[in-house]
Amino acid sequence: MSLKVLTVDDSRTMRDMLMLALKDAGFDVAQAVDGVHGLEVLGQSNPQVIVTDINMPRMDGFGFIEGVRKDPRYRGVPILVLTTESDPAKKDRARQAGATGWIVKPFSPAKLVEAIRRVAA
Amino acid sequence: MDALEQIKGTFFQECQELLADLEAGLMALETGEGDDETINAVFRAVHSVKGGAGAFGMDDLVAFAHVFETTLDEMRGGRLAIDEPALKIMLRAADMLSDHVGAAQHGTDVDLARSAALAGELAAMTQETPAVGAAAPPEPEADEMGFTPLKVGLDSPAGGWRVRIRPAAGMYAKANDIAPLLREMERLGPCTAVLDDDGLPDLEALDAEGAYLAWTIDLTADCPRDTVAEVFEFVDGDCSLSIEPLAVEPPGLDIEALLAQARQPAPPAPEGEVQAVIDQVVPAIPVAQPDAPTDAAGPARASAAAANASPATIRVDLERVDRLIDLVGELVINQAMLAQRVGESGFARSSNVAVGLDELEQLTREIQDSVMAIRAQPVKSVFQRMPRLVREIAASTGKEVRLVTEGEGTEVDKTVIERLSDPITHMIRNAIDHGLESPAERRAAGKPAEGTVRLAALHRSGRIVIEVGDDGAGINRPRVRQIAIDKGLIDPEALLSDEEVDNLLFLPGFSTASAISNISGRGVGMDVVKRSIQALGGRITITSNPGKGSTFTMSLPLTLAVLDGMVVSVGDQTLVTPLTSIIETLQPKPADVRTLGPSSRVIAVRDAFVPLIDIGAVLGWRPETDTPCAGVCLLVENEGGGRAALLVDGIQGQRQVVIKSLEANFQQVAGIAAATILGDGRVALILDVDAVIALRGGRATAIPSLALAS
Repeated sequence: MSLKVLTVDDSRTMRDMLMLALKDAGFDVAQAVDGVHGLEVLGQSNPQVIVTDINMPRMDGFGFIEGVRKDPRYRGVPILVLTTESDPAKKDRARQAGATGWIVKPFSPAKLVEAIRRVAA
Repeated sequence: MDALEQIKGTFFQECQELLADLEAGLMALETGEGDDETINAVFRAVHSVKGGAGAFGMDDLVAFAHVFETTLDEMRGGRLAIDEPALKIMLRAADMLSDHVGAAQHGTDVDLARSAALAGELAAMTQETPAVGAAAPPEPEADEMGFTPLKVGLDSPAGGWRVRIRPAAGMYAKANDIAPLLREMERLGPCTAVLDDDGLPDLEALDAEGAYLAWTIDLTADCPRDTVAEVFEFVDGDCSLSIEPLAVEPPGLDIEALLAQARQPAPPAPEGEVQAVIDQVVPAIPVAQPDAPTDAAGPARASAAAANASPATIRVDLERVDRLIDLVGELVINQAMLAQRVGESGFARSSNVAVGLDELEQLTREIQDSVMAIRAQPVKSVFQRMPRLVREIAASTGKEVRLVTEGEGTEVDKTVIERLSDPITHMIRNAIDHGLESPAERRAAGKPAEGTVRLAALHRSGRIVIEVGDDGAGINRPRVRQIAIDKGLIDPEALLSDEEVDNLLFLPGFSTASAISNISGRGVGMDVVKRSIQALGGRITITSNPGKGSTFTMSLPLTLAVLDGMVVSVGDQTLVTPLTSIIETLQPKPADVRTLGPSSRVIAVRDAFVPLIDIGAVLGWRPETDTPCAGVCLLVENEGGGRAALLVDGIQGQRQVVIKSLEANFQQVAGIAAATILGDGRVALILDVDAVIALRGGRATAIPSLALAS
C-alpha cells in the first residue's frame, strides 16, 4: 500500500510541485491550503506523513502542528516542515510545536522524498 | 507540455495574484485601512513569490524578494515603523518585484542597477549595512539537509562509527522514532545495534510518554561523520547523542564472518523490543483519554472550519466555457424557434404544450444566466493595475495624484474586462497628464495640491458603467476649438455647443500623436478609445466643468453574447432594438407630430418635443413615410440622456437574442450594432440606437458638419 502524505501549503505553485514530486514517488497525496483546512481534511485523509508550510493565512504552520499533536490519534504522525534556512528561530518554534523534521526550500524532489521516507514509520 | 513547465505557468499566474494582493495590502496600509493581518498577508505574498522563484532557480528575482521580505518581516515584527515614507519605498519595491517577475516570465532583462538601488533602500530601512542587503544573493538557503559537499576520506576512519543515542521524551513527542533512524543507518552500511534497557523502570513506575531506552549502534562503513550526523539531524537536541570513530578491528579476524553474524540479530531485535514496549504503553492512552469526546468534537470542529473555508473553485479551460456559451446561444435560438412553431400551430396558450414551452423558456433563461455568470469576473483585476500606472505617471509629470477606486467588485464578462484595460489605462493617463494641474497651479486655484482621479464601476440598467473622473481644470474649450480649427476639422465660423466642443476630442485626427497603434502610448487620440469602446457595443461620453474637472463615462454591455431586445418590423425587414435603451412605446397621434424645416419632424411626448426618426428612411430601406401615425414609436434614450422617438411599422414582441457580430462576418454598418438569428432561422439586424440618433440629426455624438446643418 502506498504511503499517504498530506501537504499543507497556501501557494498553488508549491502545492503543484509537491503533488508532482510525491505522485512520481508513488505516494498517495492529499492537499490542504492552510492550517484550518489542513485540520479539516486530516480526518478524511488519515495521512502517515504530513508536510506543512509555515507562512499561511487563517492558521499558520505552528498552529496547525499544535492542532495535529493535540489529537491523540495523530500524535505519532511525523510532520515535516517546509522552511527557509534564513530563520532558525522559526525552525525551533516548529520543533517546539511538535514538528518531526524539516525540508529546506527550495527543495529537490529527491530530497523531499528522501526526507519523507526518513521519517515514515 | 512538461509537467514542470506547466507548474511554472501556474507560478506566474499565482504571482500575478500575489503581486496584486501585495499592492492592495500596501495601499491599504498607506490609507490606514490595514491591520495586522494585512501586513501578514503582504509578507506572505512576497514570501510565496520568493519560494516559487527559488524552486525555479530565478536568482535575480529571489535575491530581490529576499531583501524585500526581510524588510517586511521587520515591519511585521513591529521593529520597523509602518509609516508613509516606508510604504512609498515598499510600493516601489512591489513594482520592482513585479518587473522581476515579468522579466523571469518573458525572458527579458530587468534594470539590475535600479533593483540593486531599491534593495539598498530597503536594506537601509532595517539598518543593515547596504552591502549585505543590496541585491547580493541571500545566504544560500539550502542546505542543511541535502547538498552538503561530501568530504571524502579526511575524517572517515577505516572502521566506521559508533553512535550512542539516548532519546529524551521530547523526541517521541515529535513523532520521531528510533526505528527509522536505525533504518537510515543500515542504508549507510552494515550495522549492529545493542539495546540498553537498564533505564527501564518497573511497569508500575513506567510513564507512558517517558523515554527509558538507549542504543549503541556500530556502523561499518567508510563514510564521513557528517553523513552519519545527518541521519540524526531531526532528533538533535531531543536526545543525547555521540558519534565516535569505531575502534579499528584487531587484525586477523574474519571481518566478513563477523559482519554476517552482526547483521543477523542486529536491527530487528531492538525494533521488536521497542514494539513490545510500545504495545504495553499504547493502551494507556485511550484509557486516559476516552475516544468518545474526541469523536464528538471532531466533526463539530470540522464543520465549523468548513464554514470558514473559502468556496471551492475549479480551473477550467476558457475554450470549454466558450463552447458552452455558444451551445447555450444555440439553445436560446432553438427554443425561440420552437416557440414560434408552436405559436403557428395554433395551440391555445393554456395548452400543455404552450405551458411546457413557457417552463422551457424559463429554464433556458436560467441556464443562460448561470453560464454567463461563469465568465463574469469583478473588474478588480483591471482596477488593480491602475495604482502603479498612477504612481508612474504622477512621478513623470511631477503631479501629486491620489487614485480613488469604487465598485471594484462589479462583475462583467471576462472578455469585456480584458478589453477594458486599454481604454481605462488611456483615460487615466489623460486625466493625470491633461486633466490635473500642477501642484502649484492647484494651490493657486485654491485646491489641494494633490489631485484626485476617480475610477468607478457600477451596474446601470443591465450595462456596466465605468467612470474616470478628475478634479482638475476641466476641458479648455477655447483651446480645443482652436486646435480643431487649426487642423481643419471644423469651420472657424462654426457655432458649437459646449457638449459638441467636448466631443471634438473624439474626432480622428484631433490628437497630436503620429502613432495610433499603441493605445496606451502617450498622446494617442481619444478616437482610438472611442472606437475600441464602440467595438464592444459601448458608448463613451464626457462631462466637464471648467475649474472643477472632467468625467469620462463608458457604458458597456455586461456580456457580448446575448441581449434583451424588442423585435420590430420596418418595411419587410425585422429589426431588434436593445431593450435597455427603450423607455416606452407609444402610438403617435396626428396632432402630436410637427414638422421642423424641410426634413425634420418632432413628436410631442407629454410636455416635451423629441425628434421623430423614421428608421426605415434612416437605414435607407424606403423613403420617409408621410403617415407616421400608421406606425409605432419607440421612445429611446441615449447615454447622454438625449431622447428620440424611433418610428417603426410594428412591434412583434420582446425576446432574448444571441448576438452575432456583423463586423466579424461582414463589415461595420452605420446604425447597426450586430445581427442575430431569429426563431424562424432568418437573420435580423440589431439597431445601434445611439448611432441612429447621431445619423439623423441627434446631438449626443454629433458630427460637427451635421451639427452645423441642423
